[in-house]
Amino acid sequence: MKATDIVDQQHLRTDLPKLRPGDEVKVHVRIKEGDKERVQVFQGDIIAIEGSGISESYTVRKNSYGVGVERTFPMHTPSVEKVEVLRHGQVRRAKLGYLRDRAGKAAKIREKREV
Amino acid sequence: MAQKAIVGEKVGMTQVWTQDRRVVPVTVLRVEPLRIVQVKTKESDGYNALQVTYGQKDEKKLNKAAAGHFAKHGVAPGRRLVELRLDSVDGFEVGQEIGVDKLAAGEIVDVTAVSRGKGFAGGMKRHNFRGQGAAHGNHKHHRAPGSIGQRSFPGRVFRGMRMAGHLGHEQVTILNLEVVQADSERNLLLVKGAVPGPNGGVVIVRDAVKGGK
Repeated sequence: MKATDIVDQQHLRTDLPKLRPGDEVKVHVRIKEGDKERVQVFQGDIIAIEGSGISESYTVRKNSYGVGVERTFPMHTPSVEKVEVLRHGQVRRAKLGYLRDRAGKAAKIREKREV
Repeated sequence: MAQKAIVGEKVGMTQVWTQDRRVVPVTVLRVEPLRIVQVKTKESDGYNALQVTYGQKDEKKLNKAAAGHFAKHGVAPGRRLVELRLDSVDGFEVGQEIGVDKLAAGEIVDVTAVSRGKGFAGGMKRHNFRGQGAAHGNHKHHRAPGSIGQRSFPGRVFRGMRMAGHLGHEQVTILNLEVVQADSERNLLLVKGAVPGPNGGVVIVRDAVKGGK
């Protein structure tokens, strides 16, 4: 245990599902417009999880009208209302950067079969 | 000088989220309750300061001088003796305790500590010199400082010429850092940004001399 963990503990979120590279997720992001607030959903595949502890983050990639869009979220940010895992993907590496060079069917991730 | 000052030990860096959901990088300082050992005044010592100690230390491990000093003022021995220079020491007395609650979130402070020692360092690391090229026939002079003077006039190297030498392990003060949180329950002080020195180093925190503008 690190000495700074006592500070981190109150900022760590415990309501998040276990995320893994290859998972398809819906990230509900709180967006502030003026003094109003609404929730926007960002749906895509997790292509990387980086860092650990309070500074852990994950990158979600989606295809928006033929354009690849990536967003990186801090794992424990209060700006994210909730994260839904839609399906687990079968992948063989931790960072899925190769998806950027692929389009269409080749960019699909196989669903993980539970044994 | 300072209106108020406390001393703590650096624990390390981490990050916290603010109310408006922004990430703030913070340095965590452990500020154990300070016990005033001696009040120094302009009349008696020539300057105003509080001599404080914190933590516990086995009385058997003290040398005679320190043991006598603590005994004379009737204060339980602590790990270190630190002097905090103040504008005025009115209202402070020996044995009194000072805690983190002296500071509050949002206050602007100056932080003083001894930086990490880097040993004997060259001009590039010590003074941000540019060094020399990698190519064009350069041989073994990639990190050399270059010329350090002129010709037979003046025929000497000027004093203060920046050269290689010892870097670090000197007192460094960082001005105008913001207090993010002062937690008197757990004796922690969270200061926005970086603080000089290694984890475990002694850090003096005082209110900003330049007013935090």
